[in-house]
Amino acid sequence: MSISKKLVDDMANNEISFVTTVPCKQLGGVIEEVEKHPDIYHIPSNKEDEGMGLCAGAFMGGKRSAIIMQNTALGVTVNTLATLIQYYRMPLPMLISYRGELGEPVACQVEMAVHTKAILAQLNIPTYHFHDAADAEEFDKILKYTFMCNKPVAILTDASFWKGY
Amino acid sequence: MIRSEVIKSLLPVLSGHFVVCNIGLPSQELHMMGDQPTNFYMLGTMGLSSSIGLGVALAQKQKVISIDGDGSVLTNFGTLPTIANNVADNFVLFIVDNGSYGSTGDQPTYAGKKTSLAAVATACGCENVVECQAEDAAKTLQAALDSNKMTIIVCKCESGNIKVPVITMDPVTIRDRFMGELKARNA
Repeated sequence: MSISKKLVDDMANNEISFVTTVPCKQLGGVIEEVEKHPDIYHIPSNKEDEGMGLCAGAFMGGKRSAIIMQNTALGVTVNTLATLIQYYRMPLPMLISYRGELGEPVACQVEMAVHTKAILAQLNIPTYHFHDAADAEEFDKILKYTFMCNKPVAILTDASFWKGY
Repeated sequence: MIRSEVIKSLLPVLSGHFVVCNIGLPSQELHMMGDQPTNFYMLGTMGLSSSIGLGVALAQKQKVISIDGDGSVLTNFGTLPTIANNVADNFVLFIVDNGSYGSTGDQPTYAGKKTSLAAVATACGCENVVECQAEDAAKTLQAALDSNKMTIIVCKCESGNIKVPVITMDPVTIRDRFMGELKARNA
């Protein structure tokens, strides 16, 4: 089974049935699996804060939701994370491609990579970093943890992780 | 008519319906004049009323009305193509278009100048877009609800504000009573 399929199956097995995505080359395979999955409504969004609004609504409507996005957009979501997702205590798994790490060919991606963990730490968002292939084994537990504590939780997936498969 | 008068005129139509209301004065006015457990007040996050409302509508069967503003739609313009391409016939987006950022002191918006939100919504692919005057707000919203078709209403009104108290209700309480009503209604 591909790692993309495993991650999306873990989502579905945790009753996530509403997923919004903003594209990233690194996450292309995951987005394809989300689109294909019969139990998941895939709603591409045009910006990450818009996507979080959709997820918040779906959650209130009774569906577990998740967002798939790139770390470069984290900055534009700070207000939404603080005043919507955290303020109203909503669970939100955030599967994030961690661009700008080892193996990165585009210099500009590093400029947001150096702020990524600092922003997440400043917001007190539980953060997991998938670097080795085996790290994905924790994904199911991370999802259960997210819906247990009603918080946004970040899963950063770097280039080494994706190359490991 | 100004926004608070438009919202007041909508109260009989909104009664019992699930409403997601825009940040700032619109939520404060709705809270003061017509609070009900099926209202979700946005206390932060300008621009996301339509996104939250669409999310609720896509996740379940009850009708959902998002009350938005012209300034907030301009802030989150990407919402209109998303709405157009993810049709939820239980969703009505009601945009109060007073041509100004009311909650911050009535600074003019581009929607009050050359930009037509109704034309933008149509260009984005939204199929049922209605522009109405403030006096026709209630009957236009009722017709949209009766049509069982996803509808975007752009309601033109005058800018201006009344004095309203801030909402002191805890956000988790707002969210919990909204979800509780929705769950009960869908049971």
